[in-house]
Amino acid sequence: MPTSNKASHAWIFGDNIDTDLLAPGAYMKASLSELASHCLEAVNKDFAQQVKKGDFVVAGEAFGIGSSREQAAQALVELGVSAIIAKSFARIFYRNALNLGLPVLVCAEVDKISKADQLIVDPIAGVITNVTTQETYQCDPIHPELMAIVNAGGLMPFLKAKFARQS
Amino acid sequence: MPELMSPQTLAQKIIAKASGKSHVSPGEIVTCKLDLVLMHDSSGPRRVKSRLEELGAKVFDPNKVVLVSDHFVPATDPESAEILALTRRWAQENLITNFYDMQGICHVMLPQQGHLKPGMFIVGGDSHSPTGGAFGTFMVGIGATEMTGALATGEIWIKVPETIRININGQLQKGCSAKDIMLHLCAKLGMNNNYKVMEFAGDTVADMPMYERMVLCNMSAELGGKTGIVEADQTTIDWINNTGETAAIDALDWVSDSDARYEKVIHLDASQLIPQVAAPHSPENTHPVTSFENITIHQAYIGACTGAKLSDLKMAAAVLKGQKVAKGTRLLIAPASTKTTELAAKDGTLAILTEAGAIILPTGCGACAGMGAGAIANGENCISSTSRNFKGRMGSPESNVYLASPYTVAACAITGEITDPRQFLEGELNANIK
Repeated sequence: MPTSNKASHAWIFGDNIDTDLLAPGAYMKASLSELASHCLEAVNKDFAQQVKKGDFVVAGEAFGIGSSREQAAQALVELGVSAIIAKSFARIFYRNALNLGLPVLVCAEVDKISKADQLIVDPIAGVITNVTTQETYQCDPIHPELMAIVNAGGLMPFLKAKFARQS
Repeated sequence: MPELMSPQTLAQKIIAKASGKSHVSPGEIVTCKLDLVLMHDSSGPRRVKSRLEELGAKVFDPNKVVLVSDHFVPATDPESAEILALTRRWAQENLITNFYDMQGICHVMLPQQGHLKPGMFIVGGDSHSPTGGAFGTFMVGIGATEMTGALATGEIWIKVPETIRININGQLQKGCSAKDIMLHLCAKLGMNNNYKVMEFAGDTVADMPMYERMVLCNMSAELGGKTGIVEADQTTIDWINNTGETAAIDALDWVSDSDARYEKVIHLDASQLIPQVAAPHSPENTHPVTSFENITIHQAYIGACTGAKLSDLKMAAAVLKGQKVAKGTRLLIAPASTKTTELAAKDGTLAILTEAGAIILPTGCGACAGMGAGAIANGENCISSTSRNFKGRMGSPESNVYLASPYTVAACAITGEITDPRQFLEGELNANIK
């Protein structure tokens, strides 16, 4: 899981950001880049067009609720989002994101983050630094058992290493 | 060791067996062996094929995989046709004998074909995988990378969940169904019951046919739960025996210990419930049908794993018998499996629906997932027997989806607006549609 010291822009969303908003069904058979260009358009028309590599998505409760479609997390990876910070995550989305190497951080203090705040996120330590407001926020730690997958950069690199050891 | 003696919920018992332990506790992370894996055409071969090749891995046991094409069926353009062709090739190359091609929706095909047995630990590449919990299994949804790992290793890690027991007692009123219970629970419990197992119990559940228990577990997904589960009983055994399969001798042992510890226990008096409707754009935005006035309905949709089984078609028929769909409203029905259509044709249900003016669509996930026929336009209102009404799910981001039972959806089709179905059920004894 990448750690960056460079501050990036926060995009703010509310509660219950569902997988149909993230990966609309009408584009599910399209290419990942086309699907990603419609990511969250029903709630923020500018997001997919203007989000920059390294930016953060900040949201409320139950982020990623709904379908098991992995493209919901993959679209955010495709757009360059470097981490999602939310009060809580839907469980399949949470696993999908970590499996793809996209850091997902549970943080009770997300309401203190405002639109366009510049953040530095350390997903391993679970610490968010808000450069704009000079605050720091603590995130819930990722379960130690999951850190093996996280540290490998996702489930595929983790499995590759596992299969390499077996052969 | 007192820990080993402590009572367990049904979910804990299944996880303990699958992880080779005598006992598991909530919060513990364990690795479980998979008894069965379910995949469909959208999240299945097209997403896992290249990854398995990248790993140089083979399917751990082709006989433990059930593959269903239900999302992009029937093909509507060259892209969906290619996805289906890839699915078929992959099934053949990987010797997947349990491949159901365009025969029904995966969550309905599994029990219809007798694949579900109490005590099984199952993963499915779809968020409505909890449906299988109605048969006393522990079944959870996973994404495609996770599926790659499951297929390659035959195992998955899981955090042992807490269980919430939902005791439902009392006889459902006329025009009410498991769907109304679940919509009501979405409003009452919210959609953020993450990582929890919803265990449904009580007299109302014991009296429910399997189709209705499936709705309870199916919509555990909308509660945000890890899965839903119902203890096995004679109704479960009878279902399995009717499929031509045989339930194991220990099938009835798959129940929670009477003194098992639950995170909480919720009580619901089903006899007090009236038909429920979820307003846009969330299942938790549910209110009694009587609180909706002058909401025009352009499309009434009966479909998907949640709401197009034989029982659902019968509920719609009970309302639509001798009635006509309103001018300006279209009633679309996509039966959950070809077998459903066959049985509905045999028993006269289908004729009641078509005589009322219903348009029968191909079997598949279809418009529920915004994928097949039946998409809705900007500004249109659809009432649907499906499980999700997220913004834009069934078509235009500026369309509105209301959720209700098949009874209520059918009543709305007759009047062209949101309508209490009970007025169309005079004299009907419909509480227990089997």
